[in-house]
Amino acid sequence: MGKKFLLEHVNVPGIETLPVYQSKGGYASVEKALKTMTPDQLIEEVKFSDLRGRGGAGFPTGLKWSFMDRKSDKPRYLVVNADESEPGTFKDRYLMEKLPHLLIEGMIVSCFALGAKSGYIYIRGEYMYIVRILEKAIDEAYQAGLLGKNILGTDFSLDLYVHPGAGAYICGEETALLESLEGKRGNPRLKPPFPAIAGLYACPTVVNNVESIAAVPTIINITADKYNDVGIGKSSGTKLISASGHINKPGIYEIELGLPVEEFIYSDEYCGGIWKGRKLKAVVAGGSSVPILPANLILKTAKGEPRLMTYESLADGGFVSGTMLGSGGFIVMDETACIVRNLWTFARFYHHESCGQCSPCREGTGWMEKVLHRIEHGHGHMEDIDLLVSVAKKIEGNTICPLGDAAAWPVASAIRHFREEFEYHVKYPEKVKDPKHFEKEPFVSEGMLVNG
Amino acid sequence: MAKVTIDGIEVEVPDGTTILNAARKIGGELVPPAMCYYTNLKDSGGKCRVCLVKVAQGSTKDPRPMPKLVASCRTPVMDGMVVQSKSSPEVLEARKAVVEFLLINHPLDCPICDQAGECDLQNLAYEHGAAATRYEEDRRTFEKIDIGDKIKLHMTRCILCYRCTFVADQLTNNRVHGVMSRGDKSEISTYIKESIDNDFSGNMIDVCPVGALTDKTFRFKSRVWFTNPLDAHRDCPKCSGKVILWTKGDDVLRVSARKDKYGEVTEYICNECRFEHKKMSDWTVDGPRHIEHNSVISQNHYERTDLLKLKKEIERQIEFERGAELPPEPSPKLTN
Repeated sequence: MGKKFLLEHVNVPGIETLPVYQSKGGYASVEKALKTMTPDQLIEEVKFSDLRGRGGAGFPTGLKWSFMDRKSDKPRYLVVNADESEPGTFKDRYLMEKLPHLLIEGMIVSCFALGAKSGYIYIRGEYMYIVRILEKAIDEAYQAGLLGKNILGTDFSLDLYVHPGAGAYICGEETALLESLEGKRGNPRLKPPFPAIAGLYACPTVVNNVESIAAVPTIINITADKYNDVGIGKSSGTKLISASGHINKPGIYEIELGLPVEEFIYSDEYCGGIWKGRKLKAVVAGGSSVPILPANLILKTAKGEPRLMTYESLADGGFVSGTMLGSGGFIVMDETACIVRNLWTFARFYHHESCGQCSPCREGTGWMEKVLHRIEHGHGHMEDIDLLVSVAKKIEGNTICPLGDAAAWPVASAIRHFREEFEYHVKYPEKVKDPKHFEKEPFVSEGMLVNG
Repeated sequence: MAKVTIDGIEVEVPDGTTILNAARKIGGELVPPAMCYYTNLKDSGGKCRVCLVKVAQGSTKDPRPMPKLVASCRTPVMDGMVVQSKSSPEVLEARKAVVEFLLINHPLDCPICDQAGECDLQNLAYEHGAAATRYEEDRRTFEKIDIGDKIKLHMTRCILCYRCTFVADQLTNNRVHGVMSRGDKSEISTYIKESIDNDFSGNMIDVCPVGALTDKTFRFKSRVWFTNPLDAHRDCPKCSGKVILWTKGDDVLRVSARKDKYGEVTEYICNECRFEHKKMSDWTVDGPRHIEHNSVISQNHYERTDLLKLKKEIERQIEFERGAELPPEPSPKLTN
C-alpha cells in the first residue's frame, strides 16, 4: 500500500463534518502554523517540500508563493482554482466532496503564509452540490473560530468565499479565472503582469489548485523533509490520479509519485488491468490536453527504462516520445479504441471551449475539429493528415493562453504515433463510417499493442 | 531609458515602452503590423497575434531568449533586448499563419467592401498571405445588422479585434455592445434591443481595421480611390472638429477623423461632424490630405498631383498677368 497523505481518512464516516475531521487530527497544522511559525518560515517549508502545482502545469508551489508582492500596500488574495474541467480529470471534485475541511485547513495556513485576509474558492458551476458542502464546512469553521476575526486567539483574521463559475473550461486558466471572479467575461489576460503582482482586483494574488492547497497541512504537520522522502527527485509527495477508460477499476487513486506506470495500470491496488483481458493501445496520461502515447511508449521511457508516474519520467524524450503528468487525468484506451474518433472528441471540446479572443485559437481549433470530423466519418483526404499537423503547429505557441497548445498537442502527437490509423480512415471510408469500426475489427500499428 | 535592438537597428526608448512602439520609433519595414492594437485605446492589443516578434535576447541582465514569440504590442522592452521582427523566418511564418487563420472566415468581398483600398487585412494578406487557401469547410456567416441608425455591422467580415468595444468603453458613456458567445462563434453585437446612438459612436467605424463596421451615409457611394481626401475643420463645441473630407468633385461623400501614419485616429470626432455636415460650405478646407498608411490612395499621391497642378496654375497666372503668351497645358494629345 502506498503512502496516503490526502485520502488517509477519506472513508471515515462523517469525515466531512468538523468534529470528526478534528478527531482525526484535522486543523493541527493551523494551530502549528499560526502559533509557532512565521509566514516566511511557512513559505520556505513549502519551498523545501518541492510541492509542485497539481493543476497541470507543475510549477513549484513555494516558488510561486515567493513571487507574491509582499511590499505592496494593497490587499493580498489566495484564490483556489476548483474549476476542474479538463476532460478525464475529476480528482478535485472527490477531494472537496469528501474532505472539505482539508481544503479549508490548507487555505487558512496558505493565507497566513501569504498575508492574505480573504480567500476565494472559484469552483466549476456544475459542482453546485459541492458548493453546498463547502459552504456548510466554512460555516462550521467560522463557528469554531477557525475562520473570521482573530483565529484561535491570534492576530490573524481570514474570510473565505465560495464562488461558482458559469461553466467555461477557459476559466480554469488562472487569469481568465480572475476575470470571471471579478464579474467579467472569462477571457485570459496577457502576462505580464503576473497575478502575483497584479491579480484579483489588480492586487497581489496567488492562484493554486485544490490539490496543491490540500497538500499544505501535511507538509506543515510532518515537515517538508518527511514530505520530500515520499516520491522521487523533484516529484515529491503524493498525487491524485483520476483513472478512466478501458480499465477494470476506474476511479481516483492517491499514488506516491515514482510509481511505475505499468504497476499503476495492471496492479489490483490501482487500475486492475485492461478490461475484458484486451490489449493496451494508448494512454493519455495527464488530461486531454497532453500528448497521447502508444502502449510501448507509456510503459518505457525514451531511454528504455520503466516509465514512472513523475513529472520528469513522463516528460522524458520531450513530446517526441514523452508526455506530461498534467492534472493526473489518466485515460486508458484498449485495442478497440479509435484514436481518430477520440481525437475528434477532444478537438470538439477545445473548439467549443476556446474563448475566441486570439485568432490562432479561435479559428484553428474549429478548423482542426472540422477536418477530424471529415476523416473520422470517411470523407477525408490523405493531404488532410499533413494539414492537421500544419494547423496544430501554427496554433502552438502563438496564442495568449495555453488553451491553443492544449488543443494542438493531442493532434500532433496522435498523428505522430498513430499516422497509419489516420491513413486507414482515408483508405477505407466505408469501414470507418460505422461508429464501432474498431470494436468489430481492431486496427493497430505494428508493435503498438501491449499485453498485460 | 532602455536600449533595444530591432532587426539590427538600435534605438533608445523610455522604460515601459512596448516593442511595437520602439519599432515604430525606428520606422520602416521592420515595424510589426497591428490589427488589434491601437495607441489611444487603453488595454487594446495582444489579441490578433499578427505583431508577434522573436526576442533573441531578453536583456543585458538576463540575456536568455524568450521561449516563445511574443506580442510586440503588449511586451515592454528591457535594456539590452534584441528583437527580430522581419528578419526572423519564424516570425514571418507565424504572421503568415495568423493571416491564414484570419482569412478562413473572412470573406474576400473586397470588390464590394467599403473598406477596400484602406483595409489593414488586405494589406496584411498582400504582405504575408498565401495565394491559395487550404480551407475547404463551410464559412461562418452572419446576417448584416444595423447597430444604430448610422452604423451597419457586417459581422462576417469582423476579425474580433475588440477595438470598437474599447472605443465604446473608453470614449462614450454608454457601451451597449460587446462580444457574445465563444470561440469562432464569437460575434460583436448589441445587447438585446439596444442600439448605439451616442455622440461619439462613429469612431468605432474609424478604428475597425476591416470593413465590419461601415458608415451608412457612405456605403456604396464610391470607391476610396475615386475620392479626394482633404483636411478640413469646423468650429465644433463637442470635438476638435478636425476631420478628413472624402470628396468627389464638390460633393463630400464621407467625413472621418484624421489618422496618423499607422492608421490610428489622433483626435476622435463627434457624430455631428461625421454624419451631419456633408456640404463643402460647412467646412474650412485646410488643404490636401497626406495619406501615408495602408490606403490605396497613398499609392497615387493625389495630394502631390494637386499641389503640382496648383503650383503650375499659379505660375501660369503670374505669367499671364505679366502679359506673356500662355504655354499650352500639357496633354497626352500634344505632338511635336
